[in-house]
Amino acid sequence: MTNSKLTPGIVAGRLPAPDYERNFLDHTPPLEVHEARVAADRCYFCHDAPCMTACPTAIDIPLFIRQIATATPEAAAKTIWSQNILGGICARVCPTETLCEQACVREVAEGKPVEIGRLQRFATDYAMEKGHPFVREASTGRRIAVVGAGPAGLACAHRLAMKGHDVVIFERRSKAGGLNEFGIASYKSTGGFAQREVDWLLQIGGIELRLGAELGRDFALQDLREEYDAVFLGVGLQGVNLLGTEGEDLAGISNAVDFIAELRQAEDLSVLPVGRDVVVIGGGMTAVDAAVQSRLLGAENVTIVYRRGQDQMSASAHEQEHATSKGVRIIHNAAPLRLIGKGQVEAVEFAYTADEGGRLRLLPETFTLRADQVLRAIGQRLTGLPDGIEARGGKIGAAPARVWAGGDCAAGGEDLTVTAVAEGRDAAEAIHLHLCGL
Amino acid sequence: MADLTTNFLGIRSPNPFWLASAPPTDKEYNVERAFEAGWGGVVWKTLGAEGPPVVNVNGPRYGAVWGADRRLLGLNNIELITDRPLQVNLDEIKRVRRKWRDRALIISLMVPCDEDSWKDILAKIEDTEADGVELNFGCPHGMAERGMGSAVGQVPEYIEMVTRWVKQYSRMPCIVKLTPNISDIRKPAEAARRGGADAVSLINTINSITSVNLDSFSPEPMIDGKGSHGGYCGPAVKPIALNMVAEIARNPATAGLPISGIGGVTTWRDAAEFIALGCGTVQACTVAMTYGFKVVQELISGLSEYLDEKGMTLEELRGRAVPNVTDWQHLNLNYVAKAHISQDDCIKCGRCYAACEDTSHQAIAMGPGRVFTVKEEECVACNLCVNVCPVENCITMEPMAKGQTDPRTGQVVGDYANWTTHPNNPAARPAAE
Repeated sequence: MTNSKLTPGIVAGRLPAPDYERNFLDHTPPLEVHEARVAADRCYFCHDAPCMTACPTAIDIPLFIRQIATATPEAAAKTIWSQNILGGICARVCPTETLCEQACVREVAEGKPVEIGRLQRFATDYAMEKGHPFVREASTGRRIAVVGAGPAGLACAHRLAMKGHDVVIFERRSKAGGLNEFGIASYKSTGGFAQREVDWLLQIGGIELRLGAELGRDFALQDLREEYDAVFLGVGLQGVNLLGTEGEDLAGISNAVDFIAELRQAEDLSVLPVGRDVVVIGGGMTAVDAAVQSRLLGAENVTIVYRRGQDQMSASAHEQEHATSKGVRIIHNAAPLRLIGKGQVEAVEFAYTADEGGRLRLLPETFTLRADQVLRAIGQRLTGLPDGIEARGGKIGAAPARVWAGGDCAAGGEDLTVTAVAEGRDAAEAIHLHLCGL
Repeated sequence: MADLTTNFLGIRSPNPFWLASAPPTDKEYNVERAFEAGWGGVVWKTLGAEGPPVVNVNGPRYGAVWGADRRLLGLNNIELITDRPLQVNLDEIKRVRRKWRDRALIISLMVPCDEDSWKDILAKIEDTEADGVELNFGCPHGMAERGMGSAVGQVPEYIEMVTRWVKQYSRMPCIVKLTPNISDIRKPAEAARRGGADAVSLINTINSITSVNLDSFSPEPMIDGKGSHGGYCGPAVKPIALNMVAEIARNPATAGLPISGIGGVTTWRDAAEFIALGCGTVQACTVAMTYGFKVVQELISGLSEYLDEKGMTLEELRGRAVPNVTDWQHLNLNYVAKAHISQDDCIKCGRCYAACEDTSHQAIAMGPGRVFTVKEEECVACNLCVNVCPVENCITMEPMAKGQTDPRTGQVVGDYANWTTHPNNPAARPAAE
């Protein structure tokens, strides 16, 4: 180890080798069989259950938990997968504290919800080992192009394949999975889970995966419309919003999503460079994931700066607590004025802000944070909108005939994995109805 | 998914899960919801003779026993047979029948113990096209005092007589529902068979008082300061029901008589156990009254997954445990087991020690650092430590191999031998010379 937490600049190997492994362990370990039974026993099997309503994919949560309680985890997993084929990753990355578990009647009554996310992981982990649970219907001879192998595209492709259609997925990257593979913190999906889940999902058959094929570069939407019976766009958001402040071209400033992706793909975390003083600008899950992982890589000081108040942060309270427990400092109500440095960023100057009925006003008082690395996490946007697609609020609002869209690139719904899965699945159902003339 | 299709007395249903005659099957609205949820069949709540409708109490009809976290373990009720006019029930049954041809639809009956009453009600239900009738000889409250329900079920001669009338005046398959409030369940089952019953169903509810209110000094459920015994059902009664089902399944005089098993079926596993003891269908009620009709989905997926895992059909499961139900004197006295405590799994609570030291055979030692080990020279393998241990599979019973010496008795473990030939048995006869 040549470097330490105190080494200035963006350098690798700040920690002793064993610390990397320990820091990036599964942050919520799986439930043991007995723990799962006890956790499942707390479920009341509510009628028209609030947890189920809160789940964007509407998984029958009481039923799958009862199936765990009665020692049939495979049946439980099937209940989950029949609504959400990516139930495995969702069990790991869903902000359950703002979805199903927030709605749990025991959360309301006792402040202690049934551990739905961990139970879902218990069932899906168990049953994934047993192979793929669904069988394709007879081939329809219809062909559908899916653009993007993220959660929306995969969910759409799987549902279409189940119904007997042939699907080709076009993915611009070298791996499938989308944000499951590139966009979430490593400790939420350990052991190459995202890829294992993709491999398992493709076992349904009838899905061809074409990697390194990018819409607008390698083919046009029109090509797909001519060649296929239907097209699904699940391209995600590839553009990253810039700060738009002075000094943004200094070295040491990068996108949090790229930082997270690089970390996820790294074979050896000790060669990943990280700053001593890291400043993350933004207030979402990406900001938290980037900040926490900077700390885990050995950064001495990591600060998240968000321009509005804590209640406005899209990262949940649970996520924020996780960040602070890892030594991340969160500053609210401050916006970057300029990035300071000569060639390399050295500091960021912020102004405090006041939220005046939704409008943000910069206050005269400012402060400066030392920074040798700045990560932008103020949101992503849709780029390269294909011809014939109508935008609404910066997202795909309306598409031409035989073209559907879902996931982060489409208008409506939160930008969550589970929402993307729901939209991909529902688009597949709509495509199926359309193709079968029902 | 295993095929759960069931054929019971020629009555077909998509699965063996029927709703027992009770409030959940009292009217069209409930039965429709049950069928939509996936129940394979229903036994329509008991119809009585034409006349002024039955009157129920206007206070609590149910009492309960709860486990921790208010898990409902036992339920008792003082509700009577249907309190709706006969014709309303008949019209609704007819409508449901025409809409749901693939489900089993049985009508439960209870009329006074005379031939004309039975002849009359059977004629009235004829054109509902129901699949069969179930004779309610079980209800322990309210009707029994009027000479019906369990008052009939407790007298084998009455059971035989009424069953014979039913077979004489109806073409329908006849299921006789038995009361457990009797000393030997085989007698009423034998009487039903003699009378020509096509099947028996059991158990009906058990006479019970769920609790006593220690402020008002009245049994629960309390009606204006008083309470009366009710019929107990729910998870708590399952062991009693399983034994009675097994008694009938292995009794030579009733062996082979189709059985519809009832009593505390709460999960697929309970249902599978009834089926393994010979039941053609299982009837449930309390589980639906606790969790709603949707619960049947777990019964279906669970039984199906179990059969798939075993590579077994439903028919192959049926009765599979019956040959292994035997009498005490036929149990192998040379089967010697010893408790074994897994130190890796032990959480050092000491419950096994307390149970064994205080109430059993002083066969567990407590060492420094709260290490609990079995004294094999004292252990009689009673299983109490296993039953009180909070950690599943932490304490196990390990059988000794033949030829090993039991450190408790100093005897070598030998071949099968039971009480009938044991030297201490005064009735044992030496083998013929």
